[in-house]
Amino acid sequence: MKHVYGWLLLTPAAILLVGFTHYPAAATLVDSFFSTGTAIRPSRFIGFGNYALLAEDPIFWKVLGNNLWFALGTIPTSIALAILMAVWVNDRLPARALVRMAYFTPTVLPMIAVANIWLFFYTPQIGLVDQFRALFGAPSHNWLGDPGTVLACLMVMVIWKEAGFFMIFYLAALQSLPPELEEAAKIEGASRWHFFRRVMFPLLMPTTLFVLVNATINSFKLVDHLFILTKGGPDNASSLLLYYIYQVAFSFFDTAYASTLTVVLLALLAGLALVQFHLVEKRVHYR
Amino acid sequence: MSPAGRRASTLETSAAWLLALLWLAPLLYAFWAAFHPVEYATRFNPLAPVTLANFAKAWTYAPFARHFLNTVMLVTMILAAQLVLCTLAGYAFARFDFAGRDIAFGLVLVQLLIMPEVLIVENYRIMSRLGLVDTLLGIGLPYMASAFGIFLLRQTFKTVPRELEDAARVEGCSVLGVLWRVYVPLARPTYLAYGLVSVSYHWNNFLWPLIVTNTVETRPLTVGLAIFGAPESGVDWGVISAGTLMAVAPLLVAFVLFQRQFMQSFMQAGIK
Repeated sequence: MKHVYGWLLLTPAAILLVGFTHYPAAATLVDSFFSTGTAIRPSRFIGFGNYALLAEDPIFWKVLGNNLWFALGTIPTSIALAILMAVWVNDRLPARALVRMAYFTPTVLPMIAVANIWLFFYTPQIGLVDQFRALFGAPSHNWLGDPGTVLACLMVMVIWKEAGFFMIFYLAALQSLPPELEEAAKIEGASRWHFFRRVMFPLLMPTTLFVLVNATINSFKLVDHLFILTKGGPDNASSLLLYYIYQVAFSFFDTAYASTLTVVLLALLAGLALVQFHLVEKRVHYR
Repeated sequence: MSPAGRRASTLETSAAWLLALLWLAPLLYAFWAAFHPVEYATRFNPLAPVTLANFAKAWTYAPFARHFLNTVMLVTMILAAQLVLCTLAGYAFARFDFAGRDIAFGLVLVQLLIMPEVLIVENYRIMSRLGLVDTLLGIGLPYMASAFGIFLLRQTFKTVPRELEDAARVEGCSVLGVLWRVYVPLARPTYLAYGLVSVSYHWNNFLWPLIVTNTVETRPLTVGLAIFGAPESGVDWGVISAGTLMAVAPLLVAFVLFQRQFMQSFMQAGIK
């Protein structure tokens, strides 16, 4: 009976999961070995043809590189800020709840709204950044239109959006640290920085690893802002892998190639999941 | 979050406040731009006239009422379906030792990684085959069986003492009766946490709704806002800010009122 009940209870969820996660994942893999069918030429098996195309596609390498730079540019800074925020908010600070709320607020806003607001900061001449620079006589600059600055501008925005989210994990970790540690350090005459570097930071390491992997996974999924701010431009300078998949599938209508790109994305995510799984196993050992 | 830590020094307090101000600044700026005429968009004069005209314009320039209605219906529909499906599946994994359970659970967890927005190409194809393109059901369907929800409820149900279930069984409760009378009431905090995360996620979700909708009748707020806020739409700055604030207002107000609950829920969602 337990078999029957177990499966009966699971069935509704299982149908949807298979239908919209497992089946499409498998179909993506299959499609990546076929050409995109048109009215005249139906789809046919082409083996690794799409993958050969991908290896030669400069835009693919460009967006993959962008993803990498984006992760490198946003994650360490967000984490450093998150630790700083958590340490501050964990202290007995006047108006602590308000400060904590301020840090966390960007997390609850949709990326589209955030991009709408930040767009005006970066607008040439009339935007806030340029107006501020004009006070010092600096010339106006097309921040989002210059391949040299566009990625950095987006990074600043994403750091702002994510640091407060990571903060809550550090806050939880800090609150589980025994208060005796800090008292002992104080008696020993250790400076605050010394205490942080030698005691607190190592103890926060499991949290840091956890946040690091999750942030990396997130960085592959976060593309909403590109629709408002840059459309991946100029010349793909700010495009990311998932955004490129969207363009290939829904602007260029090359679904087979989009599937091939999706397989790469899935492989990257799976690799990260293995790292995460490994870390979780390790964390159990710590305890 | 318990009161902890030492008293902060003046220097650190000022730094913490400064950072908080910096973090609120973009939002405060949006408020400024939305409530003042466009001539004052970058002139921060405390005597600038306050106006609601931007909100009135935004409301007429885009079908906001329709977008609001769509988002509310979408979020409600997804949450209702998630609660039912995840409760049943979570109960199965927590309390029934059925054949293939561990493999099935592993397969469920795959969805934590491969969210529907990664599989946009194939899921769009599936929706067009099902004739669900440009319907609210089409937006919501891929999210209804949520691995995160199943996982969270399984963990919660596992902590319920078996004796309670046995007692209910003796009283003559059926399998679903036990679930409804014993497990569901005890998991109330989990449902609240999950509900907050689900509602905020789908209120803010953009990519998949953008792909699967193409008319005003189905587009949620985020998609409407993206079209409205695009630079080529030629709408002025104050109006865009007003529209943006209207779209985020319900969630923002809820967050300000229940911030502790929000942070705890988001943390659970992150840790999984």
